[in-house]
Amino acid sequence: MTDSDNIIFDTASRIFADLSTPEVINEAEAGTWPEALWQAISESGLNLTWVPEENGGIGASMLDGFAVIKAAGAAAAPVPLVETLFAGWLLAQAGLQVSGETATVAIGELSLTDGKLSGSAMGVPYARNTKQIVALVETAGKAQVVQVATEQCELREQTNLAGEPADTITFNAVNVAQMGEPGNDLNGESVDAMGALIRCVQAAGALSTALELTIEYSMERVQFGRAIGKFQALQHSIAAFAGEVAAINAAADAAAEVVARAPSIDHEAWIEIATAKTRLEEAVNNGAAVAHQVHGAMGFTYEHRLHHLTRRLWSWRDEFGSDVIWARRLGEEVLSWGADELWPRITAVTDAR
Amino acid sequence: MSVTRFRFPFVEMPAEATQLRQEVREFLAEERANGGYTPMADCWAGGMSAEFSHKLGQRGWLGMTWDKKYGGHGRSFLERYVVTEEMLAAGAPVMAHWIADRQSGPQIIKHADPEVRDAIIPRIVAGECFCAIGMSEPGSGSDLASVSTRAEKVEGGWKVNGTKLWSTGAHGPGCDYMITLLRTSPLDTSARHKGLSQFLIDLNTPGVDVRGIADIGGQVHFNETNFEDVFVPDSHVLGEVGGGWNMVVGELALERSGPERFLSTFIVLQEAMRLLVNNPTDQTAEVLGQVVAKIKTLRRMSLGIAGLLEEGSSPEMEAALVKDMSTNFERELLEKLRRILPQNVLYSSAGLLPTLLREGVLRVPSSTLRGGTNEVLKGMIARQLGIR
Repeated sequence: MTDSDNIIFDTASRIFADLSTPEVINEAEAGTWPEALWQAISESGLNLTWVPEENGGIGASMLDGFAVIKAAGAAAAPVPLVETLFAGWLLAQAGLQVSGETATVAIGELSLTDGKLSGSAMGVPYARNTKQIVALVETAGKAQVVQVATEQCELREQTNLAGEPADTITFNAVNVAQMGEPGNDLNGESVDAMGALIRCVQAAGALSTALELTIEYSMERVQFGRAIGKFQALQHSIAAFAGEVAAINAAADAAAEVVARAPSIDHEAWIEIATAKTRLEEAVNNGAAVAHQVHGAMGFTYEHRLHHLTRRLWSWRDEFGSDVIWARRLGEEVLSWGADELWPRITAVTDAR
Repeated sequence: MSVTRFRFPFVEMPAEATQLRQEVREFLAEERANGGYTPMADCWAGGMSAEFSHKLGQRGWLGMTWDKKYGGHGRSFLERYVVTEEMLAAGAPVMAHWIADRQSGPQIIKHADPEVRDAIIPRIVAGECFCAIGMSEPGSGSDLASVSTRAEKVEGGWKVNGTKLWSTGAHGPGCDYMITLLRTSPLDTSARHKGLSQFLIDLNTPGVDVRGIADIGGQVHFNETNFEDVFVPDSHVLGEVGGGWNMVVGELALERSGPERFLSTFIVLQEAMRLLVNNPTDQTAEVLGQVVAKIKTLRRMSLGIAGLLEEGSSPEMEAALVKDMSTNFERELLEKLRRILPQNVLYSSAGLLPTLLREGVLRVPSSTLRGGTNEVLKGMIARQLGIR
């Protein structure tokens, strides 16, 4: 994925630089909806990046969408932009119309009876700020993508570690606004994987910003008569941090590339996603630790913006299956390959198809 | 601003590279089956077989990227990448030709006198002539600018005196040349990188004495090489006299991000899998997931750098980052495997897997030293990040 020479990415970055400021992020956590930010996103069409033109979208590529998601993560944007993209992608998988209004995806114990949705879902990101909730319901081996109006659902407000909405939703025979069968053998596992990939790409962005803040701070902050970045101990910590940032960007981008070249989340894409989410563990653990260590007590205050990134990173590593759960899933997959297929399966993803 | 300052383009192998991979796999499977080699850990720095290297030469798998007009095969960096990673993953004995194929050949093509070049390159490509690196010295490890082995101008050439250390493979059969970094003018403490030159020294010249050094496992794979009044003809100076430093820096960059930085212990994992599939616990799965995720990510980064090199860029920071992380991983892989392997494997000295594991543990300390210690690399990364 090329971040630079990408117009959509640049547009997103400009909007976030102006409107996803530390003040806006803090106010959002306190409950104030960042209307100006969402307004700018809708006007630019970023919310429809992944929707084909025939379904009401702008027909940009999958990689453009991932670039927007990385920019959103880098800016800790406190709006359901990535959720709206995710929901739009899921609707489009079933050939359904996408409005571009705020939306999110619910994953939980769900069932459909006579066109009505029942069940519950925990940790639904930004649900309280959305107009629509989209879900994949699997009954007797058959999958349906459904969309309901958020206002018709019972919502209990909860948050993740970053103070982002992660609400519990109960669906009491809610009227389905539209529904359709997804193509490409899409199932619950693939929706979960897509969520995990989105979090990895966001985290790659957020960790990149945390590194930049850390480098800047290490050059400004003077102790013992010199910038702390001049001390070799800190230089080595920051170099190791840079390695983590490079690795998670490489892993997340690789997974995004493989998803983009497949019609949907195929098995090969699932493996790349499992790889990225597993690799996220050390990237976040080690990266966030160095970021805080270098920032000292200053970076431990609510006033400093570092926590907008680190608290999200600590949440995102857990969402859509924690890094440890994904490591286990990937390991089970690897065991199924056996010794002689291990290396061929590692190289297959980059070989000519 | 782009989100990240690191570039690792996603590389898909061209069709001819994928085809080549199949040929290499078939060759390796056949060799292993008929006893042509026994897999080993750290095979590129410990698996010496002139015969095996000669076979690769016959197959056209040495000097692959070098221009045909010099005797090379004119193939892409990615095709070479495929051959090297397949050899490493299989634990094949590729040490004899490794240095010549990776860095000495390209330096000779770029900097040697045409007659010298034409006499040597076809022999390297054929797997009949190998090379060693003469950079470090007893007093100069990471601080290369402090080398004191000297070359004095004499009629028609140079007279060399001093000692080079850690020259991998110099003792091996067919190792005819050492590209040697020498001081050609006295040390100027205000400009330490000046006055250094690179020479292509024929190790069969009178006055050269190569002595093997045993490593902690008792294996001899590196050497101390003494030079006593060794005459080197003018034609064997590489590039400009006094231009040695830049060549060395370029040479080190070539060796930084290849697959040998993260695959040196891979064969241990592959052979361990034969046992682990029989005991698929959660812990086993978790460890395997973690190490495979790392291998895939490191490979993706290393391959991204190969892609950038193919385009003609020189991604210095990315290469340093990858070497630092990759070499740490080679050790970590063994540490993780210990957690899930049964006691009888850890304790035994018989059989392929216990042998590989022991080899790995005893050889892996060199991973984070060779080609520039990880501390030196981190310093380079810090400079690239702008904080040093």
